[in-house]
Amino acid sequence: MTEIVAMPAGAVTSEAEKRGQPVWRLLLGRPTFDVGVAILLFWIICAIFGESIAPHNPLAQQLLGTNKPPSAQHWFGTDSLGRDVLSRVITGSRSILIIAPLATLLGTVLGTALGLALGYLRGIVDTVVSRVVEAVLALPAIIIIFLFVVALGVSTLNQVLIIGFIFTPLIARTVRSAVQVEGQLDYVPAARLLGERSGRMMFVEILPNVLPTVLVEFTVRLGYAIFAVATLAFLGFGVQVSTPNWGTDISASYVLLGAGYWWETLFPALAIASLIIGINLVADSIEQVLAG
Amino acid sequence: MARYLLKRVGLAIVTLFLLSVIIFFAGEVLPGNPARSILGPLAAESAVRALDHQLGVDRPLLTQYWSWITGMLHGNMGESYQYQSPVEPLLRAALANSAKLAALALIVIIPLGILGGVVAALNVGRPVDRIISLTGLSAATVPEFVSGIVVIVIFSVVLKWLPATAQAPAGSSFLTQLRYLLLPAIPLVFVLFGYIARMARAGTIEALDSDYVRTATLKGLRRQVVIWRHVLRNSLLPTITVIATQTGYLIGGLVVVETLFNYQGIGNLIYHAATAKDFPMLEAGVLTVGVIYMVATLIADVLTTLLNPRLRTGAIR
Repeated sequence: MTEIVAMPAGAVTSEAEKRGQPVWRLLLGRPTFDVGVAILLFWIICAIFGESIAPHNPLAQQLLGTNKPPSAQHWFGTDSLGRDVLSRVITGSRSILIIAPLATLLGTVLGTALGLALGYLRGIVDTVVSRVVEAVLALPAIIIIFLFVVALGVSTLNQVLIIGFIFTPLIARTVRSAVQVEGQLDYVPAARLLGERSGRMMFVEILPNVLPTVLVEFTVRLGYAIFAVATLAFLGFGVQVSTPNWGTDISASYVLLGAGYWWETLFPALAIASLIIGINLVADSIEQVLAG
Repeated sequence: MARYLLKRVGLAIVTLFLLSVIIFFAGEVLPGNPARSILGPLAAESAVRALDHQLGVDRPLLTQYWSWITGMLHGNMGESYQYQSPVEPLLRAALANSAKLAALALIVIIPLGILGGVVAALNVGRPVDRIISLTGLSAATVPEFVSGIVVIVIFSVVLKWLPATAQAPAGSSFLTQLRYLLLPAIPLVFVLFGYIARMARAGTIEALDSDYVRTATLKGLRRQVVIWRHVLRNSLLPTITVIATQTGYLIGGLVVVETLFNYQGIGNLIYHAATAKDFPMLEAGVLTVGVIYMVATLIADVLTTLLNPRLRTGAIR
């Protein structure tokens, strides 16, 4: 019986098994992955040690030196309160790097569980849930997210919960179709004939075989989570404290673009773009390696 | 065929009903009392209760839902709390503005996305393919306000070629309006490029791999003829579907772009309704977005059916 169970597992990690190398080594051999990880590590280090790296105090206001263009002393210039933009960019990654991964993790865990259940159990529950999911998906995710943020208030926890719950059906849909493919392989009926119960079937037999799908889904969704958190902050739904935050800083300074003060807005915007591009490079590499 | 379309329309109506329920009850979950937010924190409790009664928000939820949805079906969208005037004309004007912006974005993006996808597919696995795919993926996940800022800085602040706002002065000519809409359209183009290119790429690869293309090549047709006559025609089918489903994302993008460029469209309207807790406006706006999306996907499904002879003759389904 073990032979039957082992076969499809081999089919999943195709490229890795073919070349007889562990997945992490294949990943490290890809330049896109290395660049992506380097960008991510840079921002993670900034998020943790930001205050020690930053050349100035990101909160210190200089009312005589407001809206100064980039110079030797302030590489990225100063904002409308005379705060050093470079220091705010360095320390501004923190909240986004806390909220986005937690929200994605929540959505992935719930979505995987739901997807397993829907794909394995099928029937009336599947039909009803799929209908509701489709109704929700008829709206742009960002509109639903800010609808609920307005309703529940803008705390870090609320943003994690709302984005996590919105991701749940999206991830569930992907996992569900992967589970349905697995369900057609021989090992599923074989295990069922052995008398395994549904819970064990889903989490012990099927889950390991759809894990690559789940991992790809996680990294791709992480990019969207950062998109969502940054957009919420830009729309004024960021956590309202004086700590530096890319999206909030942009929403405070973009009206000054017309006055020519581009540095206050452009540098945080480029920071967001670089973080998202880094994650995409990583996500794309993982997808290429795991999907073979 | 007729049976399939009937089933498809039926499903769309069920989904719309579910959507209306979700929107209505999500609107009611929003904390904050409408009368209180209109009258301000200093108003007397009795005045608040009187206005609640006048607005009808003290009735049972089911009654409120029923009068709301029947009103919607008759084109009566209620009164906006923040403007104290009917929602319908405001929504109509905003929708017309958004339609202009969205149309411009789509006119640019559809040929560009298809071209990108087809070029990537014809060079599958080569650097060109990887560059197009990665650019598309990154452009699709960079928030619209970020790419919007970059284009404002380049074309408006540094080069001073185009205005940084989208709203042309009243009574402007078509070309002036177009000039104002050019910059806001770019972020939308960025977001959609990746999706459309990816679908066009997948469709083209599948078509290139098919038996009829092998037959066409083996009977001695030139590669260009094979691509134009056999590959493209079949690869564009899934692309039509994805363009329709992207209308949803497009409207999501409009919320951000219209805020950044200060443009009076439906995204801006929904955003301001949400921040002002203007429930009638918010619910009508979001429901309109849902209806537009459902109609767009329905049209896409019908088009796909009409263009695919196997579905048309009922060989499948």
